[in-house]
Amino acid sequence: MGMKFNTAKRHLREGSKNIFRNGWMTIASIGAVTVTLILVGVFLAVVFNLNKFATNIESDVEMSVYLDPTLAQDKVQSIQGELEAIDKVGSVKYSSKDEQLNQLMEDMGQTDWDLFEQDNPLSDTYVVKTSDPHDTASVADKIAKLDGVDKVDYGKATVENLFTVSKYARIIGAVLIIGLVFTAIFLISNTIKITIIARSREIGIMKLVGATNSFIRWPFFIEGLLLGVLGAIIPVALVLVGYYYLSNNMTDNISIGFVKILPYAPFAFQLSGLLLAIGAIIGVWGSVMSVRKFLKV
Amino acid sequence: MIDMKGVHKTYANGVTALNGVDVHIDSGEFVYLVGPSGAGKSTFVKMIFRGEKPSTGIVKVDNKDLSTYKERHIPKVRRKIGVVYQDFKLLPKLTIYENVAFALEVIEESPKIIRDRVMEVLDLVGIKDKARSFPDELSGGEQQRVAIARAIANNPKVVIADEPTGNLDPETSWGIMKVLEDINQKGTTIIMATHSKEIVNTIKRRVIAIENGRIVRDEAGGEYGYEV
Ligand SMILES: Nc1ncnc2c1ncn2[C@@H]1O[C@H](COP(=O)(O)OP(=O)(O)OP(=O)(O)O)[C@@H](O)[C@H]1O
Ligand SMILES: [Mg+2]
Repeated sequence: MGMKFNTAKRHLREGSKNIFRNGWMTIASIGAVTVTLILVGVFLAVVFNLNKFATNIESDVEMSVYLDPTLAQDKVQSIQGELEAIDKVGSVKYSSKDEQLNQLMEDMGQTDWDLFEQDNPLSDTYVVKTSDPHDTASVADKIAKLDGVDKVDYGKATVENLFTVSKYARIIGAVLIIGLVFTAIFLISNTIKITIIARSREIGIMKLVGATNSFIRWPFFIEGLLLGVLGAIIPVALVLVGYYYLSNNMTDNISIGFVKILPYAPFAFQLSGLLLAIGAIIGVWGSVMSVRKFLKV
Repeated sequence: MIDMKGVHKTYANGVTALNGVDVHIDSGEFVYLVGPSGAGKSTFVKMIFRGEKPSTGIVKVDNKDLSTYKERHIPKVRRKIGVVYQDFKLLPKLTIYENVAFALEVIEESPKIIRDRVMEVLDLVGIKDKARSFPDELSGGEQQRVAIARAIANNPKVVIADEPTGNLDPETSWGIMKVLEDINQKGTTIIMATHSKEIVNTIKRRVIAIENGRIVRDEAGGEYGYEV
């Protein structure tokens, strides 16, 4: 490019001046960015949290491998090795029938358990988790075929439902976000286009005075960038303040057990950065796109 | 400096503004373009700075055929030529100062040189005190002088002036002619379209008369030749 420093300064100056000289058009553009980014921000906060929520539940998916009660003790032990050898298995945890009975007794409180202690009806169990929870079904099938395994239980229907729901939630979320961003770009490029149509005569004059296309384009680039960043101020402030209240209330006041939103730091800052970046991109994109066709003079 | 060979120009609406123009203008010449309204004078000068492309024929500036330039090199041609447009073509959102500075910013002059030179040319055309005004705050004659200041700001090799005195009172007109004569003395080629019989007949220079898109007369030290 080889642009001189003074020329760069000149473009910065002109770009910022245009912000003031275009009065209400500037306000309209900034307003469009602001509204869009608020929507995108709220939406992203919801989607990221839902996604995290879904991932948490997914990673809790585990299967119980009930062993044949008549199995000899050494065979019970060797099955652990067989389980770990299966492809995609993440962790294997042994839980003997005695441990399970104790746990059950503790959970249920004082009852007459003597009978069971003499002849424990439970079976020895392995709790198996796959590395990727989506492999649960296929791994469960393999385990069921092993010698000495009585049955494998992982709440098949529930897990499958969960996976479908979270999959569709993610797809719908992604589509909505992309849709919102494109609507914003369209809005902004239209708003800026109106200011540029008003300036198309000026662009023609600039070219007649010997300005190159890039010389004309740079101030518009700067202007778009500024419009985008200025439009991001209110949404970012809303995210920083709003999410602060939300995260405080969700963790302290309401204890819904497993509903835990993403922690304020770093999430609120990451989201703010993202909104700022989206604002800058739509501003620049909108203005550069709309100036393009007027440069063919 | 400037050559045209067999230049025809037909606009998109079917009007033929130039109908076979052959001309040679040397470096350092001072040329008047005269002729009735609609004869093709403005179209003639537009050929030189590529304000319009010829329909057929060749236009050369500095011995280079303009049609061989890539689109992105056209700005370089335009920077060698200062143009005073018949309709001024000032940038409405820039001040008078900024309008003139623009011609120097595009050639990436340093800010100090720009400041000095802008004030110098504004002074030369007698409009220094309006530097901070916007074009729509100026009279037609004042705007015309700004256009002249912008055209000569970067010391172009050629100055094309399309009726530069059209809106000026006689006194200011002679002042502007003095500016044009001065830069012509320093070697700048001047091409000036005009309807001013008085100027053409007083400051005698080469006169090219155009009628219906053709050159009908071309004489050194000629007369205006039309009744006003
Ligand atoms: N952009 C254009 N599109 C269509 N026709 C045009 C255009 N510019 C000029 N013309 C036509 O071309 C012819 C020559 O116009 P031009 O402006 O060159 O005349 P001129 O000699 O400069 O006249 P004047 O002395 O009034 O300025 C006129 O008939 C005019 O209507
Ligand atoms: Mg004309």
